[in-house]
Amino acid sequence: MANRIKWQILAALALVGIACASLAAWSQRSAFANGGRSSLVATVAAASPDDAAAQSAFERAYPVFVSPRCQNCHPSGDAPLQGDDSHVHTQDVKRGTDGHGVYGMRCQTCHQDANLPGANMPPGNPKWGLPSPQMKMIFVGRTAGELCRQLKDPKQNGGRNLAQILTHVATDDLVGWGWNPGDGRTLPPLNRPDFVAAMQEWVNDGAACPK
Amino acid sequence: MISFTVNGKAVSVADPPSTPLLWVIRDSLKLTGTKYGCGMAQCGACTVHIDGEAVRSCVAPVSRAEGKKITTIEGISPDLTHPLQQAWIEIDVPQCGYCQSGQIMSAAVLLAENSSPTDTDIDEAMSGNICRCGTYPRIRQAIHRASEIKAQRGAK
Amino acid sequence: MSVPTKMERRDFLKTGAAISGGLLLNLYVPDWAPARAAQSTSQPVALNAFVHIGSDDLVTVISNHSEMGQGIYTSLPMLIAEELEADWSKIRVQPAPVAAVYNHTVYGMQMTGGSTTTSSEYDRFRKMGAMARVMLISAAAQSWGVEPQSCRAEKGFVVHAASGRRASFGSLADAASKVEPPKDVALKDPRDFTIIGKPLHRLDTPSKTNGTAQFGLDIYIPGMLTAVVARSPVFGGKVSSFIADKAKAVPGVVNVLEVPSGIAVIAKGFWPAKLGREKLEIVWDEGPGASISTVGMREQYAALSRTSGAVARKVGDPANALAGAAKTITAEYEVPYLSHSPMEPLNVVVDLHDDHCEIWTGTQFQTGDRAAAATVAGLKPEQVEIHTTLLGGGFGRRANPASDFVTEAVHVAKAAKVPVKVVWSREDDIRGGWYRPMWYDHFAAGLDASGNPVAWTHTIVGQSIFDGTMFAGFGIKNGVDAASVEGAADIIYSIPNIQVDLHSPKNEVPVQWWRSVGHSHTGFSVEAFLDEVAHAGGKDPYLLRRALLANQPRMLAVLDLAVEKAHWGGPLPPGHARGVATHFSFDSYVAQVAEVSVEKDGRVRVHRIVAAVDCGRTVNPDTVKAQLEGGIVFGLTAALKTEITLDKGRVQQRNFNDYPMVRMFESPKIEVYIVPSTEKPTGVGEPGVPPVAPAVANAIFAATGKRVRRLPIKPEDLRSV
Repeated sequence: MANRIKWQILAALALVGIACASLAAWSQRSAFANGGRSSLVATVAAASPDDAAAQSAFERAYPVFVSPRCQNCHPSGDAPLQGDDSHVHTQDVKRGTDGHGVYGMRCQTCHQDANLPGANMPPGNPKWGLPSPQMKMIFVGRTAGELCRQLKDPKQNGGRNLAQILTHVATDDLVGWGWNPGDGRTLPPLNRPDFVAAMQEWVNDGAACPK
Repeated sequence: MISFTVNGKAVSVADPPSTPLLWVIRDSLKLTGTKYGCGMAQCGACTVHIDGEAVRSCVAPVSRAEGKKITTIEGISPDLTHPLQQAWIEIDVPQCGYCQSGQIMSAAVLLAENSSPTDTDIDEAMSGNICRCGTYPRIRQAIHRASEIKAQRGAK
Repeated sequence: MSVPTKMERRDFLKTGAAISGGLLLNLYVPDWAPARAAQSTSQPVALNAFVHIGSDDLVTVISNHSEMGQGIYTSLPMLIAEELEADWSKIRVQPAPVAAVYNHTVYGMQMTGGSTTTSSEYDRFRKMGAMARVMLISAAAQSWGVEPQSCRAEKGFVVHAASGRRASFGSLADAASKVEPPKDVALKDPRDFTIIGKPLHRLDTPSKTNGTAQFGLDIYIPGMLTAVVARSPVFGGKVSSFIADKAKAVPGVVNVLEVPSGIAVIAKGFWPAKLGREKLEIVWDEGPGASISTVGMREQYAALSRTSGAVARKVGDPANALAGAAKTITAEYEVPYLSHSPMEPLNVVVDLHDDHCEIWTGTQFQTGDRAAAATVAGLKPEQVEIHTTLLGGGFGRRANPASDFVTEAVHVAKAAKVPVKVVWSREDDIRGGWYRPMWYDHFAAGLDASGNPVAWTHTIVGQSIFDGTMFAGFGIKNGVDAASVEGAADIIYSIPNIQVDLHSPKNEVPVQWWRSVGHSHTGFSVEAFLDEVAHAGGKDPYLLRRALLANQPRMLAVLDLAVEKAHWGGPLPPGHARGVATHFSFDSYVAQVAEVSVEKDGRVRVHRIVAAVDCGRTVNPDTVKAQLEGGIVFGLTAALKTEITLDKGRVQQRNFNDYPMVRMFESPKIEVYIVPSTEKPTGVGEPGVPPVAPAVANAIFAATGKRVRRLPIKPEDLRSV
């Protein structure tokens, strides 16, 4: 199963067109990280995971979640954040019933399908929005352990299993926006392949969460 | 050519697809009620409706309008009878008036979706529109009043 | 459209008479008048320069003051309608052209500013209405063969009660225009007013709710192109060289031309012009302005504030009084440069010909702009016609002492040789200078053993606004710019020993009057420091002010009213506190009480502002309330949000993302109370601004014990977690 996951991710990454060099690097690292364990399926299923390795992998991925590009749309309140200082969105926009705003203050009121050129111009994506109020998936203020447990909890993650989580972080276009955030915005501390690799290691090693 | 309707009239424009809808409405179609204030969706003066949803036309490429129904302030009523216009006049909301097209277009979506908005609803719906003259207290009052006018008309 | 030279030739002096009140009235009737009454279906007849009446009974009031939101297109017609006995529903208003007859009665130039429109026109507009009424009655009496004294005017008709005859103003206008204007007219007893003092609806509101109100940006004339100008990133910088190839390659760009202020990109619309400008490659000769940093300026200003400057006011012996005081306190206050940022960015349409020039723009300063435009165009002022549009906000920016935006636009039109609309982007506006100056204030106060202030010294540091302008002689006396020290040198509190002095350092950043001008900083610093004095002396800030205002009955009444309506001392939700401030400006008395709370993260919530005002007799009380409400929100933005800073000569803000305005969710509940008065009308456009920041800062002190001495108030200064 884990191999299948791995191939799904590889295929997905290829699909989203991640640079070949990065992909190759990731693939190598991934293979290296997997070395020494005979069967990933067994590793996950046998409940004899390498907790320390999983925790360490998640800790490596964690700074991406709480980087401004990612956490700004995963706020603890009902208003998104903006900027590298993660200030409350200037217009005090709200999550709304579907994560896409309220009344004449929908995300699409200002945000287009793509980033607009120029510093501080509204960033864009066809899916631009916050998580829905039923599944807020808060990143802001979460420790690595808290964030990890929330991420794994199907009740809080939209019913996703680990494979689906990995697919999501590896292939989702809105997640991918974090690495293509438009003019003047800082990037997350890891590139996407490294982030996905860390997440896969976390899964491969049993997805244990940091304390 | 990009084709859409503005206030019920079909139009086709030759502007490049990335041109902001605002400048197509103003410079090409000469509908000047929709205002330029910031060019980056900060102030809301350029608010129009695309298929009934509020959009800041200063950042929306005209390509987004293709095949859609655009409503500008000129199209909100033919005769100043929209409840918001009535309330705006009754309460004398505008001062310089420059931002008011956008204010009314934002308020129109609020009122269409919520017939009796609370102060919190008004905060949440109207905080994308800046008024440098400071007419916010009257805008708030006028939205409440428009809600009453709408209810009275509905009751008739 | 009339040709200006013709207009000048045919302008004629109908009468010039010293009318009671000492006001010299030159009653020109320019010939453009009939052509301009666009709203009228008939040819209106001019009864004087301000009142035109058509055969359709519409009365067109010519407004020599610009409408920028302050409601003057309603208040001025109210003055005329009152004395004319007009039917209010028949009143229309039109902007005046530029002519001497339309000069400000005090300033001697055609302009709008200083919160003076109502006070300066209160007599003239009523007299114009009364004179027109007398002429209409005279025409009616003549045609009926009766004595004028036996007729009266009411609601747009002249009536002869004895015979029951009635004639509408429209039917009489032509004959009335041939009647010799009366040399003097009696004005109504205010007790008989039926319009003045009533909260009438604004005449311009309907057009501002359906998109028909026409601002400068809405002007399109045949053959017109749009221009944007790339200006120096540093104040005072000049173009050294530029390459326009890439800009010219942008579809829609028609031309790229150098003008004195920079490089103009001329295109078929704003958007291609803006895209073209982004492709310009310009080398700037930045000049000395490139060394300006507001951080450095702050150090320089702070050091200067601890030395004596040019004395603006001295009462008693403050040095000795300070030395002998039971207790002394000192404090330093500072405020940043501020941009006016009206919602409508600056813009000017220019149609320049060999022998005349037409300009459409929202300006507060017609006389200066016309003269400046004429100089650039190589024409006489009379050959330049300015069409004043509605102003999408002014706040002082559109009364530029150098006519900067008009001058530049004429340069562009001259170079482009086509009609052009020069448009400023929001970034151009925020980075374009002409700011409210940055100020630094040093205070010392001496208190006696009972905690009463016995000495007050105040040293002010900041650029002079009047310096180098045509107003310098009027505004600067003995090295003291009156606009720098207003609200400080003339404080109305009874303190026996006072000294206020001033340093006026210079630099390349152009500064200008910004809604409430000097009061925008002295209101804050004086009222916040007085709060410190109250606390240092163990006194309630309201009661100390009361005591110091014992000889100021009007301010005392205003203060008492605001405090009463705000329930000063009454219960409040946990974490909330009140602060009070008063300020006398533009001859009006204002007091405000702010109710605030401070979040743990330092964010200030302003829940409620109660204001009381005495501005003399009110013409339209609803407009007075609106101006106070607006002034409060404007002042709140300055208190909580905005600053212009410079580093290496470059302005660090550029749009509303980093020069943010108070928005709906931050706008407090505002209550305005007017103290009834029979005194002459005084200013309302600006006096609402100065007391906001100190009332809020004083409330923050009451809530948190933290004294705010610097604007804007920043969450990091107040954070408790």
